[in-house]
Amino acid sequence: MKEKFIRRVDLIFEKVECRDIIEKIMQMDPDAICQEVLDSDLKGRGGAGFPTGMKWRFASLEKDPVKYIVCNADEGEPGTFKDRQILDEVPGKVFCGMAIAARAVGSKSGYVYLRGEYKFLIPKLNKALDEFHRLADEFNLNFRIQIRLGSGAYICGEESALFESIEGKRGEPRNKPPYPTKSGLFNKPTAVNNVETLVHTVMIMKYGAERFKELGTKDSRGSKVFSISGDTPRAGIYELELGMSVHEFVEEFGDGDTKAVQVGGAAGFCVPRKKFEETIIGFEGVPTGGSMKLFNSTRSMYNVLHNYLDFFTEESCGQCTPCRVGCQQLLKGVEAVKRGEKNSRYLDELVKLAKTMKRASKCGLGQSVGNAFGSIVENFKEEIIY
Amino acid sequence: MVSLSINGLLVKVPEGTTILEAAKKLNFRIPTLCNHDDLCVAGNCRVCVVEQLGGKTLLAACAVPVNEGMQILTNSLKVRAARKHVIELLLSEHRADCTKCYKNGKCELQDLSNEFCVGDHLLLDLVNHKNFTIDMFSPSIQKDDSKCIRCQRCVRTCEQLQGVNALTVAYKGNKQKISTFAELSMGEVICTNCGQCVNRCPTGALVERTYLDEVWDAILDPEKHVVVQTAPAVRVGLGEELGLEAGNRVTGKMVAALKRLGFDSVLDTDFTADLTIMEEGTELLTRLKSVLVEKDQSVRLPMTTSCSPGWVKFIEHTYPEYLRHVSTCKSPQQMFGALAKTYYAQVRGLDPKDVVSVSIMPCTAKKYEAERPEMRSSGYKDVDVVLTTRELARMIKQAGVDFNKLKEDKYDSIMGVSTGAGVIFGATGGVMEAALRTAYEIVTGKEVPFKDLNILPVRGIEGVKMASVRIEGCKDEWKFLEGVELKCAVAHGLVNARTLMDGVKNGEVDVHFIEIMACPGGCLGGGGQPIPTNEEIRRKRAEAIYEEDMSLQYRKSHENPEIVSIYRDFLGEPLSHKSHELLHTHYTERERY
Repeated sequence: MKEKFIRRVDLIFEKVECRDIIEKIMQMDPDAICQEVLDSDLKGRGGAGFPTGMKWRFASLEKDPVKYIVCNADEGEPGTFKDRQILDEVPGKVFCGMAIAARAVGSKSGYVYLRGEYKFLIPKLNKALDEFHRLADEFNLNFRIQIRLGSGAYICGEESALFESIEGKRGEPRNKPPYPTKSGLFNKPTAVNNVETLVHTVMIMKYGAERFKELGTKDSRGSKVFSISGDTPRAGIYELELGMSVHEFVEEFGDGDTKAVQVGGAAGFCVPRKKFEETIIGFEGVPTGGSMKLFNSTRSMYNVLHNYLDFFTEESCGQCTPCRVGCQQLLKGVEAVKRGEKNSRYLDELVKLAKTMKRASKCGLGQSVGNAFGSIVENFKEEIIY
Repeated sequence: MVSLSINGLLVKVPEGTTILEAAKKLNFRIPTLCNHDDLCVAGNCRVCVVEQLGGKTLLAACAVPVNEGMQILTNSLKVRAARKHVIELLLSEHRADCTKCYKNGKCELQDLSNEFCVGDHLLLDLVNHKNFTIDMFSPSIQKDDSKCIRCQRCVRTCEQLQGVNALTVAYKGNKQKISTFAELSMGEVICTNCGQCVNRCPTGALVERTYLDEVWDAILDPEKHVVVQTAPAVRVGLGEELGLEAGNRVTGKMVAALKRLGFDSVLDTDFTADLTIMEEGTELLTRLKSVLVEKDQSVRLPMTTSCSPGWVKFIEHTYPEYLRHVSTCKSPQQMFGALAKTYYAQVRGLDPKDVVSVSIMPCTAKKYEAERPEMRSSGYKDVDVVLTTRELARMIKQAGVDFNKLKEDKYDSIMGVSTGAGVIFGATGGVMEAALRTAYEIVTGKEVPFKDLNILPVRGIEGVKMASVRIEGCKDEWKFLEGVELKCAVAHGLVNARTLMDGVKNGEVDVHFIEIMACPGGCLGGGGQPIPTNEEIRRKRAEAIYEEDMSLQYRKSHENPEIVSIYRDFLGEPLSHKSHELLHTHYTERERY
């Protein structure tokens, strides 16, 4: 398998001596660590793209003596599988990233919330964790990490639902504010970061913010690990520089017949062929947590949409109305249009409904259902109707 | 203080105020569904969304605290579109057979759909093709998932107010529902039948089991002699169902209405509340003697009250090892039932088989209590039918009685005379206060040392209340109590009951006598009382109860002339053999799910 990965950039999987990093951060002022990460313009790699340094700065400013670092390893977005590879290949770097966060924020305790299906990684992670704890002791870094397993709910990748799950409750998103940096896990200030984000901070500590900024664009600095799947001869995991257009991406990874690319998984956007050139993969264009799914002309975009809606209908936590009922309405709605029970104008009603879901839902799940729905309906209307 | 603008008007509110509360200050009502004054913020239903100028998403007004300089719009185009969508979405998964629904006219979703004119909504129906069964296994509460809008008020009530957790959220997404442990029926789980969820359900998903037709059938059957008893809290709640403000006492009108409905005899549960005081007060003194003088290890203190059937079922499930602490006295309702078919029938020359005993209660748990197999000591079912305050109001409406124009009437006799002590059973702390008024006087021959007999430390809305009375000047037979500090504790709402019982369990609470009422505020906040309920409404009902107490000729149970005569003519003395047979009961250990 591994030979297949072409890495245009090789930072995430680069072997690093964690000892050196920890030694370095122990000599650094916590505020300087925040500043370095802020200077790098690193944005969260889970998909939402919140500036990591800012998150850490907020958490560091909280006065509470108890703070938590949480690594979100619940990788549940359909089509993403890069965190699994990172945890498999360089688990030590993930823990090291958490240590950097802990040092920056002032935390003594961290959690890795691991997707339930990744249970097989646990022996390997435990081994790396023992090593990490030994290293931490050696440098008098008072920071311990525990691993918690999810149980298969997509919603638990949402940070506040993830906290609820760790706390042993039903995984349902909380009202925001308060934000996690103020009141997160066990209602304590918490910095929660994606696996890949944490590894990036290790590299920033190693090579400096300036080096990180050499890659990417103004709005999307650095590189990103992509999980590429669908109609492509080269499915797999690739670390690529941010800022390419979908066109460039398809040139490299398409099968010559690519009709659309779903960027960012079920919660992301569908980019049709006619917009390949103008669409940038990154925070200035279509952001992604890593999932890139290519569809060629043999695929029915109705099926693609139906698949996503089916997924959301089941994976909505169900607590807020727009998401719980909205998903069902979108799903049943496109089915009714397809069967001819509702006329094509009903799709316009559904687009309006999707807009309400985007505005009125409680968390990111409900707010992003409209992304795939809107972009597929807008660009492939005939395929939905006929 | 934080300043912000709402719909262009400036307002200053304390930090931490929600947008919803701030808007209220400016007299803007923002519609809500999942929000409830008694419960923590949920932010689930999204009906209350408002627009913040410059914001990407809308904000849930109930959940978001104000920020300095915020500019909020509560009725913008975006807000209106979203709100209408949310109501349409809720309706699409709600079986809206409004005309046939028990909550027709009293449904918050119906009100909103009216307000937003979503009669002819566009979305697909998601409910009518699904197979829903109505859970009717509980004698108290009926649960219909097809009416449920998942606001989770019931779940929060069961958890935060009652600490029972019988109701919980199950599954996710389109399958999400409000369910119970292992999806057992409401009749099989740890549910205490308190009905607090019913009081807070915005739709017809959770309602009381109604038995109106049984009562009408009995009334209209010439062979039957139908007696009705009315609980203390009903007289301060009923008016709310019939167009009056909270806090109105309608005792006389209620009696007049009941007579017009055709009940053969309109009697008062307050009478058996007084009787409870005689029995329970004597039981307490006897227990004190056994423990303090005879050093009897088998007798348990503290003794707890047993009037609240919600509390009784709660302790049976939750602290079964403490069942011997519970007073063996039946609740006033059940004492009344047992006497209606014995003493009353005897005095009135009736065959008990022809007597139908109906009770009007502020309570849904009383429906369950009446069904308990041990509640048949008269040889018949002691209480045949239990109606809630709300059901009585419905009967009054059905019969076309113009309630507010009625002239006040008086209870019939026998078992119709009551005291202020019986009336205050309806408020938290009332049983304790009534018991102290009598017990203190039995022991010392003097009135309890509180101004106007008002024992203020046991009154009020605090969840757990502690009080003590020093007993001085004992009569000879009670000399062992001389100088004893009689310590009492009062709790209302089962979450507070749990706190108190845990205190007893780990030795932190050392008292002699505990009063517990399952519902917040006591019976006046019961699950059968008018909807809505909140702290303000319960406070007004409590004020009305204490007014009623002050207005009555007798304010101590042992002074009730009918109590004197029932002991003289029928029971003998408190804790007599006959009392034990008719007025006392036993309890059952139950599972913890």
